Amino acid sequence: MSTSLRYELRCRECQTAWGNQPISFCQNCFAPLEVVYDWELIRKEISKDEIARRPPNLWRYKELLPLPDAYDSSLPAGFTPLAKAAKLGDALRSRSLYLKNDAVCFPTLSFKDRVVAVALTQARYFGFEVVSCSSTGNLANAVAAQAARAGFRACIFIPADLEPAKVLGTQVYGAQIVRIDGNYDHVNRLCSQIADKHRWGFVNVNLRPYYAEGSKTVGYEIAEQLGWRLPDNVVVPMAGGSLITKIHKAFKELIGLGFVEEKQVKFFGAQATGCSPISVAVKNGRNEIEPQKPQTIARSLAIGNPADGFYAARTILGSGGWAEDSSDPEIVDGMTLLAETEGIFTETAGGVTVAAARKLFAQGRIRPDETTVLCITGNGLKTTDALAGRFAVAEPIPPKLAAFEQYLENEFASASSASKGASR
Amino acid sequence: MSVKVSIPSAFRRHTENADQYVCAATNLNTLLDALGSRFPELKPHLRDDQGNVRRFLNIYVNDEDIRFLGKDYTFKDGDEITLVPSIAGG
Repeated sequence: MSTSLRYELRCRECQTAWGNQPISFCQNCFAPLEVVYDWELIRKEISKDEIARRPPNLWRYKELLPLPDAYDSSLPAGFTPLAKAAKLGDALRSRSLYLKNDAVCFPTLSFKDRVVAVALTQARYFGFEVVSCSSTGNLANAVAAQAARAGFRACIFIPADLEPAKVLGTQVYGAQIVRIDGNYDHVNRLCSQIADKHRWGFVNVNLRPYYAEGSKTVGYEIAEQLGWRLPDNVVVPMAGGSLITKIHKAFKELIGLGFVEEKQVKFFGAQATGCSPISVAVKNGRNEIEPQKPQTIARSLAIGNPADGFYAARTILGSGGWAEDSSDPEIVDGMTLLAETEGIFTETAGGVTVAAARKLFAQGRIRPDETTVLCITGNGLKTTDALAGRFAVAEPIPPKLAAFEQYLENEFASASSASKGASR
Repeated sequence: MSVKVSIPSAFRRHTENADQYVCAATNLNTLLDALGSRFPELKPHLRDDQGNVRRFLNIYVNDEDIRFLGKDYTFKDGDEITLVPSIAGG
């Protein structure tokens, strides 16, 4: 690495260095690029104490991210709660369960706020005026919101059948939305072609190596919030497969810096059964991915040809972890279980994670006494249609005390006859 | 019969800047052979040492990932083939 560079792009396969430029794959061998860092330099500049003194947002890890010399760090994204989950732990038979809750990430309530925050610093540095992305919804929201704030024009490509809340939650920021008659993989392929032709900053195409590094902050935060300690296991939802590999990278970096004790953390991936190319590969003990045509209510995870599928499967298998997948009814059960036990309303992807974790505990792949973190990556208010018809709509009663007393009597009567029925 | 191949910009330094290539290939195998013999510099980027399509090369026939059509899929006259190095997204 040239001495003037704190970080640069390097091919994941042939290791050719590419400096810093808006490209996502090696121009020699066409494999994906990864950001690598000058650790000798970084080690001198950062300490745990210094990090602890900084504001609680993702910029506190600035030395560990690919940020230009000058960037706007005024958006307080990241540093979401790591909550102990005792009641969900009881339900899953875990004595040390935590939730990394990106359902409340600022500003658009998903972990995509992290990656976009990093990507837009580079979009500005490279001089793009239009920022763009292919999205299953959460990324669309994050790009639209942050582009509005930072003064970029945003043009967002989505599959036509996206949840209405995610479409509205993109348009409200003034972003141009292009609905594509096809699934996410069609949208994604089209965006690769557009990025090849137009000089736009596609956060998850030509800016992707930088963008993806933002996901590392989930890993840094988990370690810091556990008191600079690594968990035994993490359970991570997988769409393109990038997040799980970046949490792994973050833990490895923290070990390298001496911020945490070395530990072999097991990585567990979660997918929807209706779109499970990575979990199928893991279950077959392979890294190679066979693409699928997605058919699931977890539309934020519906990527049939995952860009980092190969690396995600390799990370999981190399860590001694596993992958599980969840059917649509199991996803909804996972959402309601999390809501009823921990008071957290997650979107379908979180339901996937909870339902997969439940299986992993039941199979004994995760043990009760180990410290386990479930990554909850999105907010349930964006996918309420997944719960349509789940709850009865009560008949209204008149605004009279007597009517309420009658209501109570009826409710108790039906509850007690139901319990009698159950005991017979 | 002929098929039209769209060549992405990253490949064009191996194709004398050609952005399209029309050939009479009838399936994936003959297409890669035809591309490799017309553009020898591109050839090593298409298949690995075992002769398999390179992991990060994505091939689409009229918007469909060729892996869904099967590697023995027979092209039809006028099929449009798109090469995408290293799919991104996610």
